[in-house]
Amino acid sequence: MKKVELIRSRCNPLLVDDVDTDQIIPARFLKTTGRAGLGAQLFADWRGARFDATSDARVLLAGNNFGCGSSREHAVWALADFGFEAVIARSFADIFRANALKNGLLPVAVDADVHRFLVATPSADVTIDVARATLILPDDEEVAFPLDPFARQCLTQGVDELEYLRRHETAIAVWEARHG
Amino acid sequence: MEPRTLPRTLFEKIWDEHVVAQEEGCPSVLYVDLHLVHEVTSPQAFAGLRARGLRVRRPEKTVATMDHSTPTTAGLRVLDDQARAQLETLAKNCADFGVRCYGLGDQRRGIVHVMGPELGLTQPGMTIVCGDSHTATHGAFGALAFGIGSSEVEHVLATQCLLQRRPTTLEVRVDGTLAKGVTAKDLILAVIARIGVDGGTGAVIEYTGTAIRGLDMEARMTVCNMSIEAGARAGLIAPDDLTFQYLERREFAPQLADWDAAVKKWRTLRSDDGARYDVSVTLDGNALAPMITWGTNPGQGMPITGSVPDARLAADEKALRYMDLEPGKPLVGRAIDVVFVGSCTNGRIADLRQAARILDGRHVAKGVRTLVVPGSHAVKKQAEAEGLDRIFLDAGAEWREPGCSMCIAMNGDQLEPGQYAVSTSNRNFEGRQGRGGRTFLASPLTAAAAAVTGRVTDPRALL
Repeated sequence: MKKVELIRSRCNPLLVDDVDTDQIIPARFLKTTGRAGLGAQLFADWRGARFDATSDARVLLAGNNFGCGSSREHAVWALADFGFEAVIARSFADIFRANALKNGLLPVAVDADVHRFLVATPSADVTIDVARATLILPDDEEVAFPLDPFARQCLTQGVDELEYLRRHETAIAVWEARHG
Repeated sequence: MEPRTLPRTLFEKIWDEHVVAQEEGCPSVLYVDLHLVHEVTSPQAFAGLRARGLRVRRPEKTVATMDHSTPTTAGLRVLDDQARAQLETLAKNCADFGVRCYGLGDQRRGIVHVMGPELGLTQPGMTIVCGDSHTATHGAFGALAFGIGSSEVEHVLATQCLLQRRPTTLEVRVDGTLAKGVTAKDLILAVIARIGVDGGTGAVIEYTGTAIRGLDMEARMTVCNMSIEAGARAGLIAPDDLTFQYLERREFAPQLADWDAAVKKWRTLRSDDGARYDVSVTLDGNALAPMITWGTNPGQGMPITGSVPDARLAADEKALRYMDLEPGKPLVGRAIDVVFVGSCTNGRIADLRQAARILDGRHVAKGVRTLVVPGSHAVKKQAEAEGLDRIFLDAGAEWREPGCSMCIAMNGDQLEPGQYAVSTSNRNFEGRQGRGGRTFLASPLTAAAAAVTGRVTDPRALL
């Protein structure tokens, strides 16, 4: 996985709550066996109306419970392939958050005040400092956001989880021997 | 880990047993007993293994099936080139890596969450994962079962383990007796309406109470299946005699001498008296009515006798616009175009019996397309042995081959733009059942009642 340290961009607002992964990438595009090129279908049915596909912002600004529904990692691949490096939202669905972190797409959960501020200033740049798990707002105010310390280490060092898991080979074999 | 003397919840017992390693500040390395695989979320994971030169660590703990992209038409001919390529990729991956695959033509094939339990692969106390959010279904057996992404599918293929932070626990207690015409589907829709589509985020739900105990295994699967629609990681029900009766003599359940030992162990799988949940929610099972959703997420539901609510939130307003519904008006009586009976939520034999109960001796309303799609070949065979297929066909419904079908609309079974469906599936998201399609989620009874009248109908009037 490539290292993710600093993200600086303005926001592309998609101010809808409970955005499910069927909207992010509709199921009719899941017949692919690869993961490349899905950005072309990102928010396929919301383009123009709710999603501005002409913006070159690399941060998506969403509402509550972003990424709910299906576990399809295609949703994260589509966002990343389109060019997004982070999603700022009020909250995230669990599987989406896990998938995002494994692909270097940063889920940044913010409180209502910060969210309101960002909604009011979408064209100003925000900075996401991954190592400090800190969001720097357009007015230079710094806001900490929740980021699993293990995930943070993986992101900033470019380590992937599978390599970490494989280092536990001996413990896994011991567990298997004990449980049959 | 907590000392053993402290009372533990069912979730904690299964979790503790499966922690392989736990480093300071890191997620737990959690062992996976059963890994279910399907064609949509696995190709990228197998490709990852190849790129790293890895093998599948425990192929015998991995079972694949084909369900999402498969046709449900007689003869199972795959006409879509992309779908065919996806199915062939799964077959090749399984052959190359030594994984069992119940592909097209195999009589064990079914929707992954219907197949696992009916083959006895799903057992109490297991950890079960699948690249599919409805994996929570298997929690009906007291297994810790949850959906994962494709990267995690690759992790499990390679190591039989996952990295997981310990979730919180949420008890959903439902006491009482469900009234006539009220099913497990209505119960879970009521739960989601109560706690919301993100009410279970970060948590594993344990369903408790006399109303839950009173459900048969298939009904329990319906309940656990939709745990993800409340945002939960998983849903669990402690196993009991009904669970053991269901599993006994299933193909992959413990056999003969092993059976008694297994049951003895399974009987310990319940939350201890005094065990604490992080949060508890209670619903009165006696007060539940048939439920139906009016919006575009599964939490936007109401008793079928209710009126479409006023939009309290922006999300409600957006949903009403998409569904083209007016607040304050009842849904009952509203004309519909399609009825879908099937899916991993309601595609089992008990569900088909419910639908048949309403359709027996009646006819589908003119202009309404009604699809009945069994959840597996075994379900189809059983339904045909009971004559349910005749009831459906005589009523003017379509009796199709098993698969996910119109629940996810990847295989050509889909709504046309603007159409309304009453569906026994699990998601009413915009376009979920076909671009521009509109979904009312409900039970098999309510779906069949709508098929007969061509309108949203309280099924109790037809029982």
